[in-house]
Amino acid sequence: MYSQGLIGADSTTEETPEFLARFQARIDAEEKIEPNDAMPEGYRRTLVRQIGQHAHSEIVGMLPEGNWITRAPSLKRKAALLAKVQDEGGHGLYLYAAAETLGVSREEMTEELHAGKAKYSSIFNYPTLSWADIGTIGWLVDGAAIMNQIPLCRCSFGPYARAMIRVCKEESFHQRQGYEIVMTLARGTPAQREMAQDALNRWWWPSLMMFGPHDADSEHSDQSMAWKIKRFSNDELRQKFIDATVPQAEFLGLSVPDEDLKWNEEKNGYDHGEIDWSEFWRVVKGGGQMNVDRIRDRKAAWDNGAWVREAARAHAAKRATRKQAAE
Amino acid sequence: MTEATPLWEVFIRPRNGLAHKHCGSLHAADEVLALNAARDVYTRRGEGVSIWVVPSAAITASDPDQAAENFEPTADKIYRHPTFYEIPEDVGHM
Repeated sequence: MYSQGLIGADSTTEETPEFLARFQARIDAEEKIEPNDAMPEGYRRTLVRQIGQHAHSEIVGMLPEGNWITRAPSLKRKAALLAKVQDEGGHGLYLYAAAETLGVSREEMTEELHAGKAKYSSIFNYPTLSWADIGTIGWLVDGAAIMNQIPLCRCSFGPYARAMIRVCKEESFHQRQGYEIVMTLARGTPAQREMAQDALNRWWWPSLMMFGPHDADSEHSDQSMAWKIKRFSNDELRQKFIDATVPQAEFLGLSVPDEDLKWNEEKNGYDHGEIDWSEFWRVVKGGGQMNVDRIRDRKAAWDNGAWVREAARAHAAKRATRKQAAE
Repeated sequence: MTEATPLWEVFIRPRNGLAHKHCGSLHAADEVLALNAARDVYTRRGEGVSIWVVPSAAITASDPDQAAENFEPTADKIYRHPTFYEIPEDVGHM
């Protein structure tokens, strides 16, 4: 991911019809595009936006879970949760590095997030009210993320695809540890069972919204499919997630909070009730319960860490000077 | 605009006997912090026994626009491959 040379570089390419046709032919032949390759500006911009949002989601996603580290019910759960949150930090870093190969710096992306110009997954604007939420996030939120991310391992942009392969390998632990937490609660006392059901009730619909608007209302979809950044539509992935998850809920004896949910033999999948898109757009536009807190906490982490970054750079400069003097 | 922290490329040797392989990049003020960060970011699950970090600025890369002139000529030099030469079967494995 040799991004240094690209940051601030003149990346303009004359987009003649011949150039665009040649680029599309490479994509159609399943050739991977690498950072220094000529690419249409739209392709670069789409990837910077998508990978940046994805990276921000990993980093902001550490907050709702970090909320429970000190209150995990056992040492085993605490160790697992710490490892999971550390993984999310790592995923954010792989993704920032992948985006940086396109000529944008991590500092620029961070500033866009803090200024509210860059988005992150809306799911993290919901609060984590009980320990059952931590299990449910692992099971549903990481489960939905895996559905989204597995096709991204075959994305046409090499650095993004490679980052996703690493991420997917690690996400599987997240989902399984989450399901195990929910399973433990579902098999526990009536109060614990109720906690598990309550968490499922609150997280089910927001998890379905993670796949984005219906295909007909999704503004970036067609071009992303043609460029093989996206491999499946939002609705296709959502359907896969529902079909995989409903039996998992049944196994736990929990009920999915959708009265219209029923098996459809003909399509070999579940039919589900209407998603409340007004809620989705409200949360995307900043009206969720935790939007303000998340950005406030991210800014605080960045600002409070500034002296560490400055001290590290000053120390590095001092060592470099000393080394030079000794030579 | 915040001052940027230098970028490093990370190479990991999965186990002795194998070469170090490029696995990604990270930002760090110096080589000591870069090694520490590489350990945390890229070896959380036994991925390696040795790490190299190299300043990204120290890498010189070939130009993808010249990929054809650089690499295509090898495709027609089939005489560089052992199968180009016909040896009677009686000679045995060679």
